[in-house]
Amino acid sequence: MTQFIQQLINGLSIGSVYALIALGYTMVYGIIKLINFAHGDIFMFGAYVGMVAITTFKLNFFAALIVAMAVTALFGVIIERVAYKPLRKSSKTAALITAIGVSFLIQNGTQLIMGANIYAFPQIIANQYFDVYGVRINLLQLVIFFTSIILMFILQFIVKKTKLGRAMRSVAVDKDASVLMGVNVDNTITITFAIGSALAAAAGIMVGLYYIKIYPFMGFAPGLKAFVAAVFGGIGIIPGAMIGGFAIGLIETLVAGYGSTLYKDAVVYGILILILIVKPSGLLGKNVKEKV
Amino acid sequence: MKKLISLLALTLLVLSGLTACTSTPKTIKIGLNLELTGEVSVYGVPEKKAAELAVAEINKAGGIDGKQVELVIYDNAYDTAKAVENSQKLIQEGVVAILGSATSAPTMAIGPVALESEVLTITPSGTNAKVTMNGDVVNPFVFRACFIDPFQGLVLANFASDNLSAKKAVVMGSNSSDYAKDLASIFTTQFTANGGEVLSDVFYYADSDTDFSAQLTSIAALGEFDVLFVADYAARAGLIINQARATAGLETVAIVGPDGFESPDLNDLAGGASNVNNVYFSTHFSTIVDNAKVTSFIAAYTASAGEAPSALSALAYDAMYMLFAAIDAAGTDPVKVRDAMKATTGFEGVTGTISFDALNNPVKSAIVVQLTNGEQTNAVIVNP
Repeated sequence: MTQFIQQLINGLSIGSVYALIALGYTMVYGIIKLINFAHGDIFMFGAYVGMVAITTFKLNFFAALIVAMAVTALFGVIIERVAYKPLRKSSKTAALITAIGVSFLIQNGTQLIMGANIYAFPQIIANQYFDVYGVRINLLQLVIFFTSIILMFILQFIVKKTKLGRAMRSVAVDKDASVLMGVNVDNTITITFAIGSALAAAAGIMVGLYYIKIYPFMGFAPGLKAFVAAVFGGIGIIPGAMIGGFAIGLIETLVAGYGSTLYKDAVVYGILILILIVKPSGLLGKNVKEKV
Repeated sequence: MKKLISLLALTLLVLSGLTACTSTPKTIKIGLNLELTGEVSVYGVPEKKAAELAVAEINKAGGIDGKQVELVIYDNAYDTAKAVENSQKLIQEGVVAILGSATSAPTMAIGPVALESEVLTITPSGTNAKVTMNGDVVNPFVFRACFIDPFQGLVLANFASDNLSAKKAVVMGSNSSDYAKDLASIFTTQFTANGGEVLSDVFYYADSDTDFSAQLTSIAALGEFDVLFVADYAARAGLIINQARATAGLETVAIVGPDGFESPDLNDLAGGASNVNNVYFSTHFSTIVDNAKVTSFIAAYTASAGEAPSALSALAYDAMYMLFAAIDAAGTDPVKVRDAMKATTGFEGVTGTISFDALNNPVKSAIVVQLTNGEQTNAVIVNP
């Protein structure tokens, strides 16, 4: 039983990371119906910015987190303006293929600048652990878990309660009508990219702190898993991305813990196929109009 | 009187002729075919320095059989075609044997040349199992001074049983590399043969994994055990050390691994040096091992090369001295030198006591280094 609870905690920590990345996927999809395959690489970019902020500019954890989120948000905006905006009127397939191209560009560009070798993320938060009834909880696990929960609530608040959020939801429902109502569609989309990228940067730093190893292709697998998480929860729905992230993390950990690590990816992608067959709108995907 | 003068002249003529005759093979030529430039020059350069040191030493001590040793050095730049060309040139120049190459690929390329011209080549550090092979059979003219990768599994199992008195072990490894799979299976076989018990099957993971917490939690749930064997390189071993030290029940368990652990990044990847305690890895050579021969080698090498010796320089140094011993025993005929090399038994080098097995791989002791707070604190010699 202790072992099972321990595995649940392991699963929730990796699930928090997937959830943070999935939030970015789901926001972008909710607004412009684009699956931004470069999102996993934006996450990697955030981890590198965080590392440089800590090692080169000697920033502390929170300063580095904020700097990385800001720089990565800007990076997300540039990507949107350069690669996606010119294609807004073209077919969805064109935008999707561009996203894959951007993904390769970021991966290989990082490899060119930083080298292909792995870096160890500086450990600026000393890891501690607490034993609660024989179950071990890491400080970093708590940091990751609560950061993702807090960011999700902030996001939910922005989308539901602010003017910007209302603009986002209106663009999601009907772009042309939003323009007629005086919503600046371009700016709204840009801000969505900025927020999604900032969240990915936060996830990148969490992963750097918790898993230490960072390298140019680190965004690929978590990016795909987060995409599965977003679909699982209902793509375009913020709480859905969160629930999907935790679910994927838990499933993966339980498969690895009680079966074999080698099957865990197969199970995760198997779930994606099942969901697409059984309930393509995802776990929470009922109200089509409420997407953001 | 005339007769006497002519006799004297004749004697002088004969004598001068004799000296002329003996003056040509006064030196013994040994060829070096190494990566001295290019991407793997970090392997070749220290090996060249070690070879030069060995030659300087033997010449100072009077050479072999009274003859001075001369090195003929060619750079192959990690280019297989160049390596072949170098070997051919060296053999034309009349070398008795060749040292090279430092890495496996060029050595495999020059293997056929060695076989065809019957001049032996010895690689100090080519660990690929195929290096000493010619298809399915052994290439009688290729030797190596280093042990091959799977051999470490055997040595580490003995180390776990004898030095750590381990009774129970758990094995983890990447399923994506032969390096890990061979090590895992050989460790398991040998540890079981030593009377130990390997709990559960090998815990395999993928090379791309970064989260090992689920596996480590399952491993901790197996109950008490003495040794966690991690068959992998530092890139993942570091992460496993970090996550194991944060897993309830695995905070202090001994973690043992192969030479892949030896990396300047290990401590960082393990989340800081303070996590790297009770960690052991096998290697070819360590400067902290307690052995008079090693100590004098370190002093001599540091003086001549201007840096501390690495495993590569130590292996090249041993390879050179094995060649000297073979030449001393057999003379300068390359085929006889090869036979003497093959017959090497109990050669005392700085990397261990060396004999050759049927496949020209050395049967030798390995060094197991202990890491405490990320520092090498102890090194022991473990025999196979």
